[in-house]
Amino acid sequence: MAEASTDNGESQNERVGRHERFRGEYPIQVEGLVNRFGDQTIHDGLDLNVKRGEILGVVGGSGTGKSVLMRSIIGLQPPTEGSIKVFGRSITDADPDEALGIRDRWGVLFQGGALFSTLTVGENVEVPLKQFYPDLSPELMHDIARYKVLLSGLPEEAVNKYPSELSGGMKKRAGLARALSLDPELLFLDEPTAGLDPIGAAAFDQLTLQLKKALGLTVFLITHDLDSLHEICDRVAVLADKKVIAVDTVPNLMELDHEWIQEYFNGPRGRAALTAQALDELRRHMDEPIAAQTIKALDNPPAGKDKA
Amino acid sequence: MERTAEFAINDGVLALSGPYLVSSVSDIEHGIYAVEGPVSKIDLSDVSEIDTVGAWIACDLAKEHEAEIVGASERAQRLMDAVCGHETDTEVSSPREPLGQRVYHSFSQKVYNARHGARGVIGFLGALILAAGSVIRHPSRFRGKALVRQLELVGVKALPIVGLMSFLIGIVIAQQGAVQLQQFGAETLTVNLVGRITLRELGVLMTAIMVAGRSGSAFAAQLGTMKLTEEVDAMRTIGIAPMEALVIPRILAAILMMPLLGFYASVMAIIGGAVVSDLMLGIPFWNFLQRIQEVVPPYDLYVGMIKAPVFGLIVALAGCYNGMQVEGDSEQVGSRTTMAVVTGIFAVIVLDAFFAVFFTRVGWA
Repeated sequence: MAEASTDNGESQNERVGRHERFRGEYPIQVEGLVNRFGDQTIHDGLDLNVKRGEILGVVGGSGTGKSVLMRSIIGLQPPTEGSIKVFGRSITDADPDEALGIRDRWGVLFQGGALFSTLTVGENVEVPLKQFYPDLSPELMHDIARYKVLLSGLPEEAVNKYPSELSGGMKKRAGLARALSLDPELLFLDEPTAGLDPIGAAAFDQLTLQLKKALGLTVFLITHDLDSLHEICDRVAVLADKKVIAVDTVPNLMELDHEWIQEYFNGPRGRAALTAQALDELRRHMDEPIAAQTIKALDNPPAGKDKA
Repeated sequence: MERTAEFAINDGVLALSGPYLVSSVSDIEHGIYAVEGPVSKIDLSDVSEIDTVGAWIACDLAKEHEAEIVGASERAQRLMDAVCGHETDTEVSSPREPLGQRVYHSFSQKVYNARHGARGVIGFLGALILAAGSVIRHPSRFRGKALVRQLELVGVKALPIVGLMSFLIGIVIAQQGAVQLQQFGAETLTVNLVGRITLRELGVLMTAIMVAGRSGSAFAAQLGTMKLTEEVDAMRTIGIAPMEALVIPRILAAILMMPLLGFYASVMAIIGGAVVSDLMLGIPFWNFLQRIQEVVPPYDLYVGMIKAPVFGLIVALAGCYNGMQVEGDSEQVGSRTTMAVVTGIFAVIVLDAFFAVFFTRVGWA
C-alpha cells in the first residue's frame, strides 16, 4: 500500500515497512560526506555509522561542523558529495522538502527549542501529529499531546502555556516533547544541555537516558557537556580535521594519542567531569567493583602537564 | 501484504492484533472506543508492533472497562509503564472565551489601552525632548554618522519611488481634472488645480504616507528586533542611551528629509501634470510651468513646507515608539510594525485636516 518506495538497491531486510520498526543494525550511515561552503571545506570524506539503540555523542571544537553534520543527516543541508542513508533510505538524492517516508520516524530538538511561538506547548506537540496523521480523532490527539508533555518531565500546567511563558530549560523539554510526538525511533538532540544550570542539565541527561530505555530510541546527541558524555553516551564520535577521527567509548577515547582528544578529555574540565563521575560511581556502588577503566583513567596525568 | 491494526471481542476478552502504532491506529480508533462492555481482559499477545500511542490506548481501554491487560510483550510493558498514569485534564489549547465575550473584551481592552497608548506616546515624546536637550548640552554625544546613514535611508533611497509615485499622481490629477473642467470650457484651470493641490496637500501628504510605509515600518522592525535580541539592553549597560543613539538620529532624519522629499514630490507631480497637458490639452510644457508661477501663491509652498517636518516627526515617532514597545516574542515585532504604519498614517491624515482648517482661517486660502 503506502510502501511504494523505489528500491534503491538496499538489501531486502533493510527496507522498512510502514508499520514496522527499523530492524537493521545502523539507522544512520554516512559515507564519504563532503560539505563545502564557497572555498571553505567543513567535512572532507567523513564516515559515520550510528548503531541502533545507542546514544551516540558527537563532540568537536567550535566550527568543526557538528551542526552541519546533523543538518546534512536530516536533509536540511544537501551535501556537496557523499552518501547519507537513514533507515536504509538515501537522503542525498532527495530535495529538502520532498516526502521521504522517514520524516515521521525521527524527532529533532533544535538548539533553541524552535517551538512555534504562536501555539501552546500542547498544540506544538500536535503539529506533527496533524501533519502526518490527520485521521486521528482530536480527543486522542489531545491525549497524546498531554502524555508526551508529561513524559518530557514538564508539569501539567505547561500544556497550555505559550513558549514565551517558559524558562529556558522548560523550552528544551517542550521541544523534546514535540520531537517525541510521533514516537520516533531516532532522536536528534543539538546541544540539549547548553544554557541549562548543572541540576537542570543533569536532569535532562537522565531524562534522555530514561526515554531511550523506555522507548527504545537511537539518539544522536551533539554536546559540549563533558558530564553528558561520561554519564549517558554509549559511544562518542570525535569530529576533527574535517572527519570523524574516532568513534568509541569515552575510556577508550582517552587512551588515544590525539592532541585535541587529549586536551578535551584530559583537560582540567574533562578531568573534573571524570572525577565527579568516578566519585558518583563510588558512592553508588560502595560494595560493587567499579569499572576498572574509570579508575585507571584517574591515574593518567593530564596531557597539559606532560608537555610543560 | 502488510498487517493492519485489528481487534476482536470474544467472551469478555478484547484481543488486539497487528501493529498498534501512531501510524496505524486511526482506522480502528473509533471502533475500539465504541466497544460495549463488559470487557474483563485485554489481550495484547498478538500485537506485532507497539509504540506509546498503542500503549496509551491499551491503558485507556483498561481503565475505561476496568479490565486487566494480559499478554503484553516486554516492550509493551515497558511502554505502558512509561506512559500510563500520565493522565491529565489540562486543556491543550489556551482557554478561550465564547465569541460574544471575546469581542466585548477585546473592544473594551482597546478602549482602555487607547488611554494607555496616548499616555505612552506622550511619555515617549517627553523622553525624546529630554534626550534632545541633553544632546544639545553635550554636542559631543550627538551621533553624526548615524544621522547621515538615516538621512540616506529615509531620504536618498526614497527618491526613485517617491518621484515615480508623484509623477503618476500629477498625471492622474491633470487628466481627470481636465476632463471635468472641459465641461465648463475651463481646461486652462488645470494648471491651477495641479499646481495648488500638489504644493499644498498631495505632495507632502503622499510623501508622508510613503515614508510611513518605507521608514516608519523599518524603524519599528529594527528597534523591535534589537529589543528582542537584548541589543538595547546591552547598549544601556555600556552607558549608551538608546534614545540618543537610536531614536534621535531616526527622528531627526525624518524631520529633515520630509520637507525635501515633499518639495521634490510636488515638483515631480507638476512635471507629470505638464506632460499630460502638453499631450492632451495642447498647453505646451514650458507654458504650463510658466503659468504655475503666476497662479500658485507662494504661501501654498509655505503651507506644504510647514506641514512636512511635522508629518516627519509623527511618522518617525510612531515607528520608534512602537519599536521600543516590543517585548516577548517575534510576533510582537510584526504587530508593532503594523501598528507603527497604521497609527503613523492615521495621525498624519487627522493632523492634515486640522492644518487645512487652520491655514484657511489665517488667510492662506
